[in-house]
Amino acid sequence: MNKITRRQALGTTAGALTVLGLTAAATSVATSAAATPAAAPTPPGTVDEVYQGRRIQITTGGGGHHGGHHAPDQPTVRIDGGELHIMRNADGSWISVINHYETFTEPKLLARAAVRDLQGAPLVPFGGMA
Amino acid sequence: MTVRKNQATLTPDEKHAFTSALLELKRNGSYDRFVTTHNGFIMSDTDSGDRVGHRSPSFLPWHRRFLLEFEEALQKVDASVALPYWDWTVDRTTRSSLWAPDFLGGTGRARDGQVIDGPFAYATGRWNVDVRVDGRAYLRRALGAGVAQLPTRAEVDSVLAMPVYDMAPWNSSSNGFRNHLEGWRGANLHNRVHVWVGGQMSTGVSPNDPVFWMHHAFIDKLWAEWQAKHPQSTYLPAAGTTNVVDLNDTMRPWNNVTPADMLDHRKFYTFDTEPAAANQR
Repeated sequence: MNKITRRQALGTTAGALTVLGLTAAATSVATSAAATPAAAPTPPGTVDEVYQGRRIQITTGGGGHHGGHHAPDQPTVRIDGGELHIMRNADGSWISVINHYETFTEPKLLARAAVRDLQGAPLVPFGGMA
Repeated sequence: MTVRKNQATLTPDEKHAFTSALLELKRNGSYDRFVTTHNGFIMSDTDSGDRVGHRSPSFLPWHRRFLLEFEEALQKVDASVALPYWDWTVDRTTRSSLWAPDFLGGTGRARDGQVIDGPFAYATGRWNVDVRVDGRAYLRRALGAGVAQLPTRAEVDSVLAMPVYDMAPWNSSSNGFRNHLEGWRGANLHNRVHVWVGGQMSTGVSPNDPVFWMHHAFIDKLWAEWQAKHPQSTYLPAAGTTNVVDLNDTMRPWNNVTPADMLDHRKFYTFDTEPAAANQR
């Protein structure tokens, strides 16, 4: 498993595909938001992209977050389905449990930084022993 | 009385005693409980809610108490051991003796960030990262990769010059000494060092890297230096602050210790070079 994820993380092919994936995801989000604004608007900040071979999903306004200490409108960030613990700072910047001492201007940049740090490794559930 | 020394001045025997005590705490399970506690606080301390260990005035007394508890655990293993501190304004390169194989080991290899030398390398079988946020069980570092430079002494001095301990709103957006030392604002001291080390040190489970303790022992010493420089200044806020630990409020997780109890480090330990009070200079 380690070999596979490492190959995914380091492969130049995956890097090239990532560029295409980013473009496609951005286009699709923009199109659906413009075409059906009343029916099912895509909430601002929603992201579904492949970055360096990992799927980053960011949704807003939903549940699924553990604990009661976060604001209800806080986005949920997932990397290959695993939730990344994130937090908003008073100045509007963001941190995650992977990059906890460095701030990012938006959750997407935070998620991409986590992907780079993970080097293919999966996230494990919050706070637990792996 | 415990004397905390600059790590650069330790003898080979002192380095060996320190790393051996760390390995014993790891083996008997005590070590990982400290990692779990730290991660629990770092995930629950928020700017708009209850905050104790980080991004709040109690960042300094909380970590002073946390380090004391850890140092007591080390001393149960070996009574001669004290926490060394890492003055990263001086020992600021990857070639520092701190990162030698006889002490903490060096940076991680390029392929996966794994530390491959020293007592805490995964291959020794004695330092598995069990309290973790991702699948990797090996200690990782990327010294100098996340940010190029450690803080300079001039940057430290600019923060030590700030006369007010902390200010409303008592979080990561505050002005004042505490938040500039913590690094959410301004030159960025404490936070930047975590990022410079990289690996687990840049995550919520940062105490997985033994350098955590030496970094925080120096942050703690800078608090003592600030106190000596500003004898008229004290911990703030004094009382009645929502979500924030006031001077005489108890701190979780101990619930029997207050910031006021932590103000004078000399009740617990001294430094090899005690900060001189301003009026003695």
